[in-house]
Amino acid sequence: MNLSRRQFLKLTTSGIGATSLGALGFAPDRVLADVRNFKLASTTQTRNTCPYCSVGCGILMYGLGDRSKNARLRLVHIEGDPDHPVNRGTLCPKGASLLDFVNSPHRLKFPEYRAPGSSEWQRVTWEWALDRIARLMKDDRDKNFIAKNAAGVPVNRWTSVGMLAASASSNESGYLTHKVFRAMGMTALDNQARV
Amino acid sequence: MALESLDIRRRSASQTRAPDVRERLEVAKLIDISRCIGCKACQAACMEWNDLRDDVGQLGGSYDNPIDLTDRTWTVMRFYEEEIADKGLQWLIVKDGCLHCADPGCLKACPAPGAIVQYSNGIVDFQQDNCIGCGYCQTGCPFNIPRYGVRDGKAYKCTLCSDRVAVGLEPACIKTCPTQALSFGAKQDMIDIANARLVDLKERGFDKAAVYDPPGVSGTHVVYVMPHGDPALYRMPREASISPLVSLWRSGFARTLGVLTMVSVVVAGFFHWMKVGPVDPDARPPREGE
Repeated sequence: MNLSRRQFLKLTTSGIGATSLGALGFAPDRVLADVRNFKLASTTQTRNTCPYCSVGCGILMYGLGDRSKNARLRLVHIEGDPDHPVNRGTLCPKGASLLDFVNSPHRLKFPEYRAPGSSEWQRVTWEWALDRIARLMKDDRDKNFIAKNAAGVPVNRWTSVGMLAASASSNESGYLTHKVFRAMGMTALDNQARV
Repeated sequence: MALESLDIRRRSASQTRAPDVRERLEVAKLIDISRCIGCKACQAACMEWNDLRDDVGQLGGSYDNPIDLTDRTWTVMRFYEEEIADKGLQWLIVKDGCLHCADPGCLKACPAPGAIVQYSNGIVDFQQDNCIGCGYCQTGCPFNIPRYGVRDGKAYKCTLCSDRVAVGLEPACIKTCPTQALSFGAKQDMIDIANARLVDLKERGFDKAAVYDPPGVSGTHVVYVMPHGDPALYRMPREASISPLVSLWRSGFARTLGVLTMVSVVVAGFFHWMKVGPVDPDARPPREGE
């Protein structure tokens, strides 16, 4: 095709005009829309209990991957367990934001010790921590144990130390906590219901 | 998810008819203000599900936190203290967020094809990939809900968890609500529950209790039970309606006028060029210093 300079300019101009009309909304458009992909599609679902208060709501935790050997589970979502009799799927604002609690960079993952008078926390092993607790308990019990009261009646009380248990304990661990510390003569046993 | 494209009722700035033969269940959220304790679990669940973490804001002197909706806060509890005749000081807690109007002002005002769609289940959803960030949806909304995001220049609002509803789940806020102030289901069922609740409230002395399903936007897919009746107490419009400017600006008249103006400028320019010819640089009067 042979075009003169004038014809070429005309053709270019009309081409630009026609395509601009399309861009201005005169061309029909495909009517499509999409929702965001469902983000839990093949995640691994795990049941658990909310760690916060004594209500003990059931939660469903969703982890990345399908538990295959090379997939490293990472929590991506937590919501209430609809089959749990306590909360039937509902969660309070603390439970509803558990994901950031679990994945928090400030989450405590090992025992730490702050010596009396010190302002520094230092990382210790469970061995060390449990040994130290046992030693201090034994020393205190040896010093303050009351075998008999003023009237000479055997009471076997250890009143100088108390045990604060946690609300998220199961029946079994609650039973054990009670038996172990009562056997030592401890009278002050309580539960922190709003940790 | 391609099937979802067959279930659009309306699409912004589009003339093409959407395939629309399927009748999907119309869904709705019921917010019973008389049951709400303002715990903000719905806010937390919304952030968690939608992967939104807004900046830490500033204290506004009330329990409101954050103090307003943003592109990354799609629902917010608003706390109002109102002196109400023969009821005394009342603490009114309103969960604010998109009402998913049957006749959405945002969609009508939107000039970007496909940036706002209404699914046949009633959900009004923003498609951010088509959004041009003009902010007209904010002007079009009778409830001042959509928010423009400075980070990406797109508008955002509550989706009624369209991704959850599409797979048959309830929205995240509704699932979490510990006091059953929120419910979700068929629109008709929500209206029935709300009316039953009105009977209950009236027996307890809330004789002005009312359901808020504003007819000015042909009803909404978020319905409120207001124990004190008057929507103005809850900072909601008594007569919700889309600004007449929206219909003017989106009308055939305005569009025709715009195209006519454009064409007449081109025609006038052409005739000017024919009659006067191109600018002659030599005929131009010399500037100072030339």
